[in-house]
Amino acid sequence: MLAYILRRIFQSLIVLLAVGFVAFAMFSFVGDPVDNMLGQERTQADIERLREQLGLDQPFIVQYWRFLEQAAQGNFGLSYRQGRPVSEIIAERLPATVELALVSGFLAFIGGVGLGVFTAIRRHGLLPSFIMTASLVGVSLPTFLIGILLIYIFSVELGWLPSFGRGEVVDLGGWTTGFLTASGLKALILPAITLGLYQMTLIMRLVRTEMLEVLRMDYIRFARARGLTEKTINFRHALKNTLVPVITITGLQLGSIIAFAIITETVFQWPGVGLLFINAVQFVDIPVMAAYLMMISVMFVGINLIVDVLYFAIDPRLRIERSVGGH
Amino acid sequence: MSFFVVVSLIMGAIFAPLLAPYDPFDPATLNLMNGFTGPLTPNQFTQDVFVLGTDDQGRDVLSTILFGMRISLFVGFSAVFLAMILGVILGLLAGYIGGWLDAVIMRVADVQLTFPSILVAMLIFGIAKGVTPAEFRDQVAIWVLILAIGLSDWVQFARVVRGATLVERQKEYVQAAQLIGRANLAVMLKHILPNVLNPVLVIATISLALAIIAEATLSFLGVGAPPTKPSLGTLIRIGQEYMFSGEWWILFFPAITLLALALSINLLGDWLRDALNPRLR
Repeated sequence: MLAYILRRIFQSLIVLLAVGFVAFAMFSFVGDPVDNMLGQERTQADIERLREQLGLDQPFIVQYWRFLEQAAQGNFGLSYRQGRPVSEIIAERLPATVELALVSGFLAFIGGVGLGVFTAIRRHGLLPSFIMTASLVGVSLPTFLIGILLIYIFSVELGWLPSFGRGEVVDLGGWTTGFLTASGLKALILPAITLGLYQMTLIMRLVRTEMLEVLRMDYIRFARARGLTEKTINFRHALKNTLVPVITITGLQLGSIIAFAIITETVFQWPGVGLLFINAVQFVDIPVMAAYLMMISVMFVGINLIVDVLYFAIDPRLRIERSVGGH
Repeated sequence: MSFFVVVSLIMGAIFAPLLAPYDPFDPATLNLMNGFTGPLTPNQFTQDVFVLGTDDQGRDVLSTILFGMRISLFVGFSAVFLAMILGVILGLLAGYIGGWLDAVIMRVADVQLTFPSILVAMLIFGIAKGVTPAEFRDQVAIWVLILAIGLSDWVQFARVVRGATLVERQKEYVQAAQLIGRANLAVMLKHILPNVLNPVLVIATISLALAIIAEATLSFLGVGAPPTKPSLGTLIRIGQEYMFSGEWWILFFPAITLLALALSINLLGDWLRDALNPRLR
């Protein structure tokens, strides 16, 4: 067990080092930041000074070491476009993305589990069949089209909800939140649905399949024979046993929530890190791109590691396979 | 049905120069007075009628869609082709040669699989944009897009081909070929490759739909096809700006075209998977 966890941590570190190298290579080989930061009117002295300031006059290996050292401390230098520390910009943008991801993840989980149980229990009803068909269309719709469709219905036609921005936010000592104002909450609704819809359909289909499987089991039949109410059987016995794979998949899906957040944030002009990243790609703002890359890889690798270790702890079959196969 | 939709859309894209009523890239045929003409309603200044209306610059929406689809399909097909070639070669090498080569290729694949492919594509696009001089960016944008989507999508192919190659390598015909002294390269290409090609085709169809959506998403986000050579995604991006002022057709028709294209290719992929699956025959 311990050896397995240590090996996984070691592998994760290798992955992070590799990603770090990619991020650093971006710095060294892509474009000339001095060109981007100084305008048309510049002197040789300006260029020299800025190169020194950015540490670009050092040899390659020194730069790489300094990059790793700084990156470990969360320091990625100055943004080429805004001229401010990248860590500062990201810290400013992060609350927006975290709030959006949390709310949409919550929506997706509650909605997905609820609809999944509903469609599994009333398998042959008209409404569940309709939901299943709708979910198929939902899976093939590109995220940005869902966002545009929602904006068209609720902002343009009905005029109920805002189509862009976060509304009013309250500053809680460095953490800005939109949860405390009416306009902030209203602004959150459409982006959260857009971001959560795909995950919701995924969770719903998963829960439905698992539920149908579990409902056929002997212990469910036995619970029925004992005369327990349908409600107790469905929720206390059946649902509980479907949740382990659902939680695992949801955890692994966090990664794609981050990726889809870029799209959602662009459609709704949501001032989060996703929008920051896409603007950085458009303007080739390497420090921001590198910092974003490092940040999400730490997150992805961390999530994968936790899920793997949890799985290993929960499922005894994995342990046997490993020791026999000598993998 | 889906086959019919796919074929007619592809035909429309291929013969766009013949079918399109106007050439949207020729400024000479554009009349700014024709801007914002609704579908099938005569323009208030020039009395010209456009089947699907015009956009802000007076470009005929039907023509821009036909030409835009051309770019979308070209990028989609080329990206999948690139991913397929790369994935098949690396998968064959990993499965057939094995050893450290296998370990390296599959580890790289694992790392890349940790990240959503659209993110990888964005990153490649950003880097490529950084290394090309500003004046060439619009010209090479399409190729960069192909490279970005292709490189973000090879893992699926490599994994499947590697798995199939591991199975085929054990079979007698491969051992026979090795015994009569055929070179490794010939064994891989002439003997193993034809036998692992079926699943590759199925993945290619599914990847095609994903690649078209990925291209549209990237272009929509402004990190894809430039406005001077708009793909369907760029057209949706342009159309979105006019959604609030009531010019719905600039957005609606490209969006519907993209949906029809992606959905029907997906359905075609499903059908192909069933048709090529020997267990269902």
